[in-house]
Amino acid sequence: MGGNPQLNRHGELNHLLTIEGLPREVLVRILDTAAPFTEVAEREVKKLPLLRGKSVFNLFFENSTRTRTTFEIAAKRLSADVINLNISTSSANKGETLLDTVDNLAAMQADMFVVRHASSGAPYLIAQHLAATGRDHIHVVNAGDGRHAHPTQGLLDMYTIRHYKKDFSQLTVAVVGDVLHSRVARSQIHALTTLGVPEVRVIAPKTLLPTAVERLGVRVFHDMREGLRGVDVVMMLRLQNERMQGALLPSTQEYFKSYGLTPEKLALAKPDAIVMHPGPMNRGVEIDSAVADGGQAVILPQVTFGIAVRMAVMAMLAGN
Amino acid sequence: MPATPLLPDAEGLCVALAAAMRGQVDPAITALVGIHTGGVWVAERLHAALGLRIPPGAIDVSFYRDDYHQRGLHANARASQLPFDVEGAHIVIVDDVLYTGRTIRAAMNELFDYGRPARIDLAVLSDRGGRELPIAPTWCTHTLGLPAAQMLALERAPDGGLSFRLMEK
Repeated sequence: MGGNPQLNRHGELNHLLTIEGLPREVLVRILDTAAPFTEVAEREVKKLPLLRGKSVFNLFFENSTRTRTTFEIAAKRLSADVINLNISTSSANKGETLLDTVDNLAAMQADMFVVRHASSGAPYLIAQHLAATGRDHIHVVNAGDGRHAHPTQGLLDMYTIRHYKKDFSQLTVAVVGDVLHSRVARSQIHALTTLGVPEVRVIAPKTLLPTAVERLGVRVFHDMREGLRGVDVVMMLRLQNERMQGALLPSTQEYFKSYGLTPEKLALAKPDAIVMHPGPMNRGVEIDSAVADGGQAVILPQVTFGIAVRMAVMAMLAGN
Repeated sequence: MPATPLLPDAEGLCVALAAAMRGQVDPAITALVGIHTGGVWVAERLHAALGLRIPPGAIDVSFYRDDYHQRGLHANARASQLPFDVEGAHIVIVDDVLYTGRTIRAAMNELFDYGRPARIDLAVLSDRGGRELPIAPTWCTHTLGLPAAQMLALERAPDGGLSFRLMEK
């Protein structure tokens, strides 16, 4: 496979596994391609024929109703046949290995796998296995693996920022919250730096930051007020209660006091700053309802753009 | 070396095409749809010359091309703009050059995803031959037999002037 396992020998995207290491031109191409797909939702017939006759398997080894639904809508708007498998409640429980599951579905003439897995690297393992067995015409999209990456979320966030701010080259962007457990944060940070955002900040308590996070090219703030000063974009992260092990936080109330986004803290950002959240939100934990429902929030447009971005990714992969 | 055929005057063909359509299209109900990119330029000319009331639409067939599975998604796909209700509309698809007919088929497929037009006609400046589908223009002002290795394309100068160019594939 050579250099980047996501690219084919012509340098085109064959799988989407992570944003890290993707050339800027590829990211820009995905964002540019997503733009005309947004218009499909306005039509009488919300469908395009690009993936007609193709089978897309949503392999969700970890539950996620929202992400699975947006991938399902994206694939269906491209006219694909979509098969949803919640494997946490299926064969894996009977002892089948990941690659046996993949082999079985490949034998059912799958054309694309959309994979969500609790283990970092699971989509890579699938892509490598398909290549090693001469089936790399089957495309793999990472829909979130462990703490590693959630590339389509990162891309839809970039699409949203570009929609409202037009240009990345003058922006200050803050990523706030549970960076330690967040695959979303990693994808966002790689995308922001690749697209040339001059200042990316992370704002979090020490216990919720990975070690040596500065190496990703970010400025670290532990004081939220200081970190929000003058930013153009506030990207909130969900406090991942289900991933918390041990006592990383005194309490969610304490967390809200220090790191919850309230109107008063948001006032420190630029007056035209936008507020983003990947969902699902914990109101009163990482975000105040007055902000979540306020005029600066673009959280619902993120969901709408997410469908167009996922359509663009699937259409690009299936055509390469 | 094959002789270069004399290229037609694109501006003159636009005038001739409008003259051919005048009296045959109803300015009150006819909607032009230009195919990106050359067809959009021609549609703008026809719209002004014929004094049509409905603003012209523009269609990009990238999402409907039948060679997607061989050639992938076109790099510069744009959203189609249809500023009128396609349902029941009298539509004239406008393109610069008619070749295999596959682009016209893709455009018709896309139009039907917006609604059921009452009628669709086709207006082109030049028919270069080489049809692969049973599609014929309603109005065409110029015909030319070109070998498959050559491509006729419309270009627009910075001052807006239209001209044809012949390219080797």
